[in-house]
Amino acid sequence: MVSVVSIPARRNSWDSARIVASANLVGRRFIGPLVVLLLWHLASTLQWVDPRFVPSPLTVLHSLWIWMFGPAGAGPYSGTWFLHAGNSAYRVLIGFLAAAAAGVVIGCLIGWFKVMSDLLDPVIQIVRPIPITAWVPFAVIFFGIRDGSAFFLIALGAFFPIVVNTAAGVAATPKLLVRAARMLGIRSYMLLPRVVIPSAMPSIFTGLRLGIGLAWVLVIVAEMMAVKSGLGFAMWDAYYFLRLDIIIAAMLSVGALGFFSDLIIRFIGRWVLRWSRGL
Amino acid sequence: MNQVVTPAALRQQQSRIVVRGLRKHFIDISRREQIVALDGIDLEIGDDEFLTILGPSGCGKTTLLNIVAGFDQATSGDVRLDGEAILKPGPDRGVVFQEYALFPWLTVEQNIEFGLRERRVAKAQRRTRVRDQIASVGLSGFERRYPQELSGGMRQRVAIARALVNDPKILLLDEPFAALDAQTRTLMQQELLRVWSAARRTAIFITHNIEEAILLGDRIVVMTARPGRIKEIVTVNLPRPRDVTSADFNETRRRIGLMLESEVQATFVATQGNAVD
Repeated sequence: MVSVVSIPARRNSWDSARIVASANLVGRRFIGPLVVLLLWHLASTLQWVDPRFVPSPLTVLHSLWIWMFGPAGAGPYSGTWFLHAGNSAYRVLIGFLAAAAAGVVIGCLIGWFKVMSDLLDPVIQIVRPIPITAWVPFAVIFFGIRDGSAFFLIALGAFFPIVVNTAAGVAATPKLLVRAARMLGIRSYMLLPRVVIPSAMPSIFTGLRLGIGLAWVLVIVAEMMAVKSGLGFAMWDAYYFLRLDIIIAAMLSVGALGFFSDLIIRFIGRWVLRWSRGL
Repeated sequence: MNQVVTPAALRQQQSRIVVRGLRKHFIDISRREQIVALDGIDLEIGDDEFLTILGPSGCGKTTLLNIVAGFDQATSGDVRLDGEAILKPGPDRGVVFQEYALFPWLTVEQNIEFGLRERRVAKAQRRTRVRDQIASVGLSGFERRYPQELSGGMRQRVAIARALVNDPKILLLDEPFAALDAQTRTLMQQELLRVWSAARRTAIFITHNIEEAILLGDRIVVMTARPGRIKEIVTVNLPRPRDVTSADFNETRRRIGLMLESEVQATFVATQGNAVD
């Protein structure tokens, strides 16, 4: 054996140059957010804007703290955060899982079987342009002011990016790989699980990431209009009491939860798609 | 010329692949015209023979290979492997593609194991066969790598191992080294000959490179420009390992070069100098 590809071992040693470089990078990346926070703080404390409408970051942080860890029963915004956040997360999880299951299955059928594409694709293309928010009145009447409406809206919204990306990924399966698999004696019905779906995985994960993003958008919409709990409900409730601190705290909470759920999907995706590193 | 004792005559008697009156037409939809890719191919390939098919771009040599592999159907004519008509692809005809066609989500080991696994070969047997095959193409130590992490030459080794591990009756290679740099290519040619002579197997090797065709083939099928026909079949009576700098080698190269030149000209004129294939 002569030709050997040498792949350099990953360096684990932290020399001073690398520490300085990382510190610089982290430093640079914190500058932007810090400037925004500072401007916000100054705008509020120096009364460039009315502090009743724009409470300072410290006020928001304090309110969030009370909302999260304050004594229960001391008020509507004391100790109730986890209940609301849990409700929202639960709805996102159920709606998203339903959308992912349906989207991946139907996407595979559409992408792989011409007949399925002819039958199902027109339906999807007609329904897809209807904004999900336009479904709210229908959902409230059909499912009532209950979790069902939220599940429906979230699942419907997250379904479209997942189904469309899955179908595109499946349809783009390299013909050469299908040929190679058939040459190797694969039974026809194993092509989908063994070749087509693995090959479509990058697209499927793109769809899932878009889907989870939409799920958090829609849980807020649903909770403002179609159910009586969750961060979206708390936000809308706080609006009636002009609790801008709570509104902003809820906004930040949703942002953080959305970020973390995306991080989880990215993490899973990185593991599933470990073969495509640097592709 | 060196007269080497080759069992060519013997091989002819026990042909593995028999091609009779093979024709293949395509319809070019954009131009609304019929293209004749292969026009009456008759060919017999003997047991353990290494046959190279040489021709200008667009002469239908890949089409011929695809029909033997079972990926494409002939318009008319007959292709048989050990007397049985070829209808669909299968592991008795191992194909090595120019673009490797490895499954990027599987490791080297899993790629090679793919065919055995899909045909439900017992796990213990799978393991030993894969291990032996990996060793025979010099991939030991790379079992857990993904194709993405390998060089072109290494990827093609995986592809060859993936085909050979199924113990095919015939190996079909479609310009497998065309994408490799010159040094790797030479090395892979030697490796292929080594593996081929160790495994003793019928092989059809497609190339547009004259030197490669002479270096590897027991016989060389020289094809005409479109429509693809067999212009001449050259038997290479040079001892292996062949020396590309020897006088005999160069004489053969010159002869085949002259045959091909007119065909390449024809292709060039037919396409008005546009790149084809």
